[in-house]
Amino acid sequence: MNILVFVESAEGKIKKNSLEAVAYAYAIGGKVTALALGDVGSEELQNLGKYGASSVLHVSDSKFNQGVIQAYATAIAITMQNESADILVISDSSLGTPIAARVAARVGASLATNVVSLPDTSKGFNVKRSIYTGKAFANVELTKTKKVIGIKKNAAEVKEVGSPVSVTPFQVTVPETDFNARITSSEKATGEVLLPEANIVVSGGRGMKGPEHWGMIEDLAKTLGAATGCSKPVSDMGWRPHHEHVGQTGVKVAPQLYIAIGISGAIQHLAGVNSSKCIVVINKDADAPFFKAADYGIVGDAFDVLPKLHEALKAAK
Amino acid sequence: MKILVCISHVPDTTSKINFTDNNSRFDPQGVQFIIGPYDDYALARAVELKESSGAAITVLNVGLVDTEPTIRKALAIGADEAVRVNAEPTDSFFVATQIAEYARAKSFDLILMGRESIDYNGGVVHGIVGELLGIPSVSPVMKLDIEGNTAKLAREIEGGKEYLELPLPFVAGCQEPIAEWKIPNMRGIMSARTKPLNVIEPVAVDSGIKPQQFELPPPKGTVKMIAPENVAELVSLLKNEAKVL
Repeated sequence: MNILVFVESAEGKIKKNSLEAVAYAYAIGGKVTALALGDVGSEELQNLGKYGASSVLHVSDSKFNQGVIQAYATAIAITMQNESADILVISDSSLGTPIAARVAARVGASLATNVVSLPDTSKGFNVKRSIYTGKAFANVELTKTKKVIGIKKNAAEVKEVGSPVSVTPFQVTVPETDFNARITSSEKATGEVLLPEANIVVSGGRGMKGPEHWGMIEDLAKTLGAATGCSKPVSDMGWRPHHEHVGQTGVKVAPQLYIAIGISGAIQHLAGVNSSKCIVVINKDADAPFFKAADYGIVGDAFDVLPKLHEALKAAK
Repeated sequence: MKILVCISHVPDTTSKINFTDNNSRFDPQGVQFIIGPYDDYALARAVELKESSGAAITVLNVGLVDTEPTIRKALAIGADEAVRVNAEPTDSFFVATQIAEYARAKSFDLILMGRESIDYNGGVVHGIVGELLGIPSVSPVMKLDIEGNTAKLAREIEGGKEYLELPLPFVAGCQEPIAEWKIPNMRGIMSARTKPLNVIEPVAVDSGIKPQQFELPPPKGTVKMIAPENVAELVSLLKNEAKVL
């Protein structure tokens, strides 16, 4: 079985989620071909072999340096046909999921995004999807020969299973009109750990009392190598940018560790964090609903607990 | 300008999710249904565009008759007419095909919807509709302005946003802060009663998706409370018990 994996990159580096997609494809079994578009470092591409890619195709055409949804979808669909790939694996992201949609419609594939587990092929081809914003799962069978699978973070473990492979330059011809949605500029936090991809998230709520106190959150995050997040009121009040809002209508995270400080835990916030492996809640209100969803809790004032916790974490390093 | 806004009819965000019939069906008992929160942003932006520069808004839902109160609410918020495709929205491809079939001959300038529905969480309907109609699709869109035949958008990306320009028509999957949710006023509610709500039958689709069974996550264990003066204990638990540090 031929499996194609679309790998996303940022600043020339392959994204961690895309390594998970390669690992996922490898775990399905078969010949795994990774496809990268635009400007990516060649060592990065060769190293995809370590995580399970048996070959790597690279379209280095600078037209693909920016992720235009329609053009990327066409390029991937063409590559799927070219490589006679039955399965396309994509990591769910702001770019990956919209692309998966178009590719599936183009090639006539069964499509499942938000997939959290490896396929069960004992009878048919079944995957488990996260639904109701993390409150439930659906097991679905993908019945068409061609399949497009969008995987959620943590759906596969990145492991070294091979050695670097050579990279094959590849060309695709995409109609000019596919670039009609022209990206004029972008703003991106650099040098920080990105929230949707972070292993640890430190998140603050209204209990932080104002944006001027966020230094404490940022310092703690820095010590932990964590990303910072916030509750909806905090982003609504403009204390923090919208891309840090964790919750039902914000970013859904699935880190190893989620530390919530001064967040009461409205059900809409919980919907964004319920895929976290371990949740720590620090709140001065012992009745805060978040404690019911937590693994560990401290009832206390953020301004008192946070510095102590920071010291203890530094000491434990 | 003609705008199509596609809405989902979903359990209120505070709902407890349960399944019945041996975990094969969603249990609607005791559940309040609402316009999908992301779709509600799309609708609000459409109404703002109508107010600022004039537009005719059609709202579309794929659903059975029980979704009509939700559709009427969208009419009360400011849509001019509604279409209900009379079918259960079983999967993204099915829903997207119904939308594309309806929109194909209608030459909408804009097709707006939420970035995803909060029940199925596919996040793909906008892309499939765009592909089926052969027009661009952009998601998740957090800002949308129209200048003549060109749209200026902001799309949220991991850790930031990117700005785009593209010609109409296109499909956008929307999210906050594209607009403020609108609450229908009394006049809107009254006029919604008489606005047209047309029911059409679905086209047949082979989605290639067969639902097997639903399941709930395993129940969460009880929380372990730690005294505020004992933060060192917390660190040790995170390291040795939870193994997340």
